[in-house]
Amino acid sequence: MHIPDGFLDTKTAVTTAALSAVAVGVSLRTLKRSLPRRRVPLIGLAAAFVFAAQMVNFPVVGGTSGHLTGGMLAAVLLGPAAAIAVLTAVLLVQCFLFADGGLLALGANILNIGIAGPLGGYAVYRLLCRLLPGERGRLVAAAMGGWSATILSALFCAGELAWSGTIPWDVGVTAMVNVHLLIGGAEGVITLLVLSVIMRTRPDLAGPATGEATGEGMGFFVLAGGVVTLCLVLFVAPFSSPMPDGLESVVMQLGILDRAEHYGAAPMAGYMIPGLDSPVAATAAAGVVGTALMFVVGYVLARTLGEEKGGEKRDEREER
Amino acid sequence: MKHNFIDRYARGDSAIHRIAPGVKMGSALAVVVITVAVPEWPMVFYGGLVAAMCVVAAMARIPAGFMLRRLLTLQPFIVGGALFALAQPEGWSMAARVLVKSNICLATMILLANTTRFSSMLDVLSRLHAPSLLITILSLMYRYVFLLIDQTERMARARRSRMFIRGRRSWRHTAGIVGHLFVRSVERAERVYAAMTARGWR
Repeated sequence: MHIPDGFLDTKTAVTTAALSAVAVGVSLRTLKRSLPRRRVPLIGLAAAFVFAAQMVNFPVVGGTSGHLTGGMLAAVLLGPAAAIAVLTAVLLVQCFLFADGGLLALGANILNIGIAGPLGGYAVYRLLCRLLPGERGRLVAAAMGGWSATILSALFCAGELAWSGTIPWDVGVTAMVNVHLLIGGAEGVITLLVLSVIMRTRPDLAGPATGEATGEGMGFFVLAGGVVTLCLVLFVAPFSSPMPDGLESVVMQLGILDRAEHYGAAPMAGYMIPGLDSPVAATAAAGVVGTALMFVVGYVLARTLGEEKGGEKRDEREER
Repeated sequence: MKHNFIDRYARGDSAIHRIAPGVKMGSALAVVVITVAVPEWPMVFYGGLVAAMCVVAAMARIPAGFMLRRLLTLQPFIVGGALFALAQPEGWSMAARVLVKSNICLATMILLANTTRFSSMLDVLSRLHAPSLLITILSLMYRYVFLLIDQTERMARARRSRMFIRGRRSWRHTAGIVGHLFVRSVERAERVYAAMTARGWR
């Protein structure tokens, strides 16, 4: 989802760069004030951790594999301001060393992946934490946060590409959101699984470790942000025309992208639910169903992982 | 450690490597800005840029195969994006423009990464008054990312050699690797802090 150079025009690149610079500056200042000196190395190591964690492959059916993006996990484990700093560092290294994501598009990539995603996801996470108490609630909230963060990033990305005139909004948003419904699902599940491992082995490390305000003080804004993000993910994301015919045929004919395969394999491919006449209503309904499905998956996983102690031993015996 | 593939040729020694890092970063930025900002250049211009980059790569003794491999690795994103640009009037010219521009910028960044050490790029950034906390984070990250990748590979190998199952449950075990990697990173951060303090970091 890293935007390469050449996809954004100058006005979009400059605007997004300015927005990111301000947001990164604010979060670095927040971090500088709240971060104890002995935690500074932790932020650097956390950036290296996110980078290494992105290289761990999670097998998906059909020989493909997904990986963690880590934004939501960083926000849950370190707090939102630290997550922004960590992801900015990761994106800078990816840009300068891997040429992954363009130099002029760096501002846009930081805005999508490093700022909008983690902040929106974190707001959803806090909101759901309040609604669902307990450890299980926290796991479900983290999964939903990871899912929202991914889709929010995709929405931002589609918006920037449309603003640049490179890819029309309806095509971009449909394609991006379709692909990222799956990627976001994986992100949510992996975030939940990793968080549950950390909560089991070192519960003391599973909270914001930076001494950063976790949003208790500004409860209202965080909760409002959560509601806004959820509304965006639920209603704006699917509020796009169904895949235009021309594009669909282009993708199907060329068939060289595994993204296209993903798309074909999507359970709700094309976002159409039979029985609903208006395509817009159908896509919105599909978005709601997708979100509900993610919630159920998160809840079931959190339940089974909650009863880990007895289950783990039995499983080990089976494996032997 | 067998994976310093990221910027394999950055430590080379050639006329290009010896140019001041600030100059190289500035010219890379200039090439990217000009390529992106100007809507349409005559093909001759792009041809000239490509030729110039070939000369730089040859002078820096970066093998052509390496450059092409790096370019190919990143093609899926560019080609995928360009495909979606087809879905509008005059889509073909937009797609072609995007393809050419992206690849030129990509090659520029690959050249920069492989002729300039990351630490000297950070020096330039800090001389430009980039926030000191960000520079600290970036240097620590670059210092430890190789170690953590190594550690991840060791953990994955240990897991593979001890278990024989595949499929549904493997996600949980893979998540176990990531979770423990985080715990170990936090513990390593504590040792790093102790070491830094012992050496007079303030």
